[in-house]
Amino acid sequence: MATVQPARSLSRTKVPSSSEAARLELLESYIIHHEDLARCAQLSLEWLARHAGVRRSMCVVADEGRLIGVAGRGVAAEDVALFEWPLSDAHDPLTAALSASRPTLLRPGRTGGNGGRPVPVTPMGAGQLAAIPLRGRDDDTALGLLLLRPGVEAFDHLSWLATVLGHKLEQLLGRGSLAEELRKLRHERSLLFTIINAVTDPILLTDTEGRLIVANARAEKLFAAGEEESEGRRRAVELNNMLFSAALSRSAVEGPSEARELLLVDPSEGSDLLFEVLSSTVEDPREGTGIVSVLRNITDLRRATEQIEENYQQLRALEAAARAERDRLNLIIDSVADPIIVTDSVGQTVLMNNPAEELFTVPSDPAESAERNVQANDAHFSSFISGLLVGDTAPGATRRGDIGLVNPQTSEPIPVEAIAGKVVSETGELGAVVTILHDRREALERVSLYEQLKVASDELQARVQAATAELATQNELLRRQAIELEQASRLKSQFLANMSHEFRTPLNAILGYTHMLLQGVAGELSPPVRRQLQRIDSNGRHLLTIINEILDITRIEAGKMPIQLSEFNVNEIVPEVMAELEPVVARSKLAVTPKLAPEAPPLRNDRQKVKQIVLNLLSNALKFTHQGGIEIAVQYDSGTGVVSISVTDTGIGIAPEHHERIFEDFRQVDDSPSRQYGGTGLGLAISRRLAAALGGRIALRSSLGHGSTFTLTIPVEAPQ
Amino acid sequence: MSAEQGPLILVVDDYEDAREMYAEYLRFCGFRVAEARNGNEALEQAFALHPDLILMDLSLPGMDGWEATRQLKADDRTRHVPVVALTGHALAGASEGAKRAGCDSFVTKPCLPDDLVVEVRRMLEQTQNPKLKTQSSL
Repeated sequence: MATVQPARSLSRTKVPSSSEAARLELLESYIIHHEDLARCAQLSLEWLARHAGVRRSMCVVADEGRLIGVAGRGVAAEDVALFEWPLSDAHDPLTAALSASRPTLLRPGRTGGNGGRPVPVTPMGAGQLAAIPLRGRDDDTALGLLLLRPGVEAFDHLSWLATVLGHKLEQLLGRGSLAEELRKLRHERSLLFTIINAVTDPILLTDTEGRLIVANARAEKLFAAGEEESEGRRRAVELNNMLFSAALSRSAVEGPSEARELLLVDPSEGSDLLFEVLSSTVEDPREGTGIVSVLRNITDLRRATEQIEENYQQLRALEAAARAERDRLNLIIDSVADPIIVTDSVGQTVLMNNPAEELFTVPSDPAESAERNVQANDAHFSSFISGLLVGDTAPGATRRGDIGLVNPQTSEPIPVEAIAGKVVSETGELGAVVTILHDRREALERVSLYEQLKVASDELQARVQAATAELATQNELLRRQAIELEQASRLKSQFLANMSHEFRTPLNAILGYTHMLLQGVAGELSPPVRRQLQRIDSNGRHLLTIINEILDITRIEAGKMPIQLSEFNVNEIVPEVMAELEPVVARSKLAVTPKLAPEAPPLRNDRQKVKQIVLNLLSNALKFTHQGGIEIAVQYDSGTGVVSISVTDTGIGIAPEHHERIFEDFRQVDDSPSRQYGGTGLGLAISRRLAAALGGRIALRSSLGHGSTFTLTIPVEAPQ
Repeated sequence: MSAEQGPLILVVDDYEDAREMYAEYLRFCGFRVAEARNGNEALEQAFALHPDLILMDLSLPGMDGWEATRQLKADDRTRHVPVVALTGHALAGASEGAKRAGCDSFVTKPCLPDDLVVEVRRMLEQTQNPKLKTQSSL
């Protein structure tokens, strides 16, 4: 819709260079707005600004004893609208200026000759003012005043303007109705401005180009700054204007109805202010299209929103933590093997862990009796905790008791010990009851097992004690037996020693006399007597050998066999032994071959004992060999430092099972009374004992029918 | 005959058969022989006869051979007379006991008369008694 916009047309009209053209321009606008006093006054001021460079000006009109503002340039519109000045005082500078024929200069601080009346405060601000009277054609008193900053009085069109505007005022004010209308209009405007200013949100009316048309007080603080304002504030205002223009042009592009946020600067404090801009386009038949923008301060709102968001996040985090805590608690509760039940103050179950559910809920595939069992369990449990619910509510009060529950599935009895504790709130109210059921079967079983174990242990202990006592008795018996045995052994040794002595005494006489007879003490003997005496002699000697051997065994057993160490050549033993047994060898017709070991080192041992052993071995060989030969061999093993004397025969041999037996006391292979071979059976037993006493031993290698080899091994150095 | 000039041997033994056997054989071998049946008699005889050698059985009734030997060896009159101990006890320690008592030699019974004479002669030679000249005649 094409609306005529005088202000714009004025601003866009090319100003004629000549003064005539300028005057015509003003007159033209008067004709167009011939009925609007305020508009005409406003146009006059605009014209003055364009042609005389007057940036700030105001037009006031006298009406019913006061001056009222009708138009302003460079001053706030509502200041103009609200301006009123009484004309009651004739000495008032403005009142005086109405009556003056020439323009009056008003100076601040000057009394104006009226003795202290204040210089009028106008929207023009402090400072000097030039008041130019506007008169009708023949009035003495001006109808209004044109207020300017001094310095433009020289403008040659000024008086013309004052005349033309004065005539116009006369023309318009002359119609009483118009003045009345103006007053009404002024009143309405004033009211409107009051309302707009009362709104705490900035409200702006701009044209489609973004130029400010009307702003309320709050908006002016943001978007308007006088020249006297500080540099910082002006720059802030400038910045706000730019930001606002940009926001408006964005709104023009994106659509006007949508609310958008706008960040501005508070010119007085420099802080950020966040606004929500609500813009709407208004169509005014006279003013054309404008944009009304309401800025709602949402700085606090945003802050509050952010605070709420933050609180919400915190709440979320707390909730998550609480949930995690609860989950963990649930996990813990569920992982407890004992059933746990939490009931509220009236006994309703609030929470159960899995083991508890197994007892107090009917399973998904219930056995026939399951439901009944669960009910029975419930009843038992309820009666248990009811005592706690109605009883004293001391915090931390617990109740213990045994409950006989059953396994819902199997109906197997489960004796449990229940421990219930109260959870009491801070106000002392009963919050919940936590009950833990402890399966007592294991404990009972353990008690029973323990009893059994104890019985078994007691029995065992009794047995051990009995056995120990028995053992002690046996030990004592053994000890006594040992003592007795020792005594018996000692007595035996003593007896044998005595016996051998007692044997020797008569034997000594027998052998002695036989010997004497054989020596011819009693004269020559006939050959038969000599032979008979020789039989006595030989049997006597045999008896002596037996007695001596018994004595040897006795000595060894009594530990009284003296070892007499001397150094000797082992090779010497062999011929000595052979010589001693020469008569036997001669009788046996066996070849006895010695084999010596000249490299053998001298032995340090009991020579007599070594010889006795070899003698025994050789005499045995002679006794049990009927044909073949005997070899006595001395050997020396330099590696082990051991000397051995072995006697090898081609005799009857000894079966392996008899190899040990022949070394026992009084033993021969044939023990029978009708045995073929004589001897005490002590020879090898003595020899083995002697060999051991000398640090050596006797080994046998033989088999039945293949001869035997007895080997005596003795260390070069006898043990200490 | 020559026995009248041979060395005098005192045979001490409580067992008559043994005592007389040794005595008879010693005389047969040319020695003069005196006899005693116990320790006390042995001391009396020794002090009285001054034998060239004493054959002392150790197990004797009354004063035994050990005690008798100790007294003989403690007396100046008989200290130089060699004492040959005779014992049927062959247990270890018997010979040491005899040596400690002062016996000069030790012979274990049974001991053939011949062997005993060998030992007697050896001991007499050892003491270098001039009366041993008779021994060479045997």
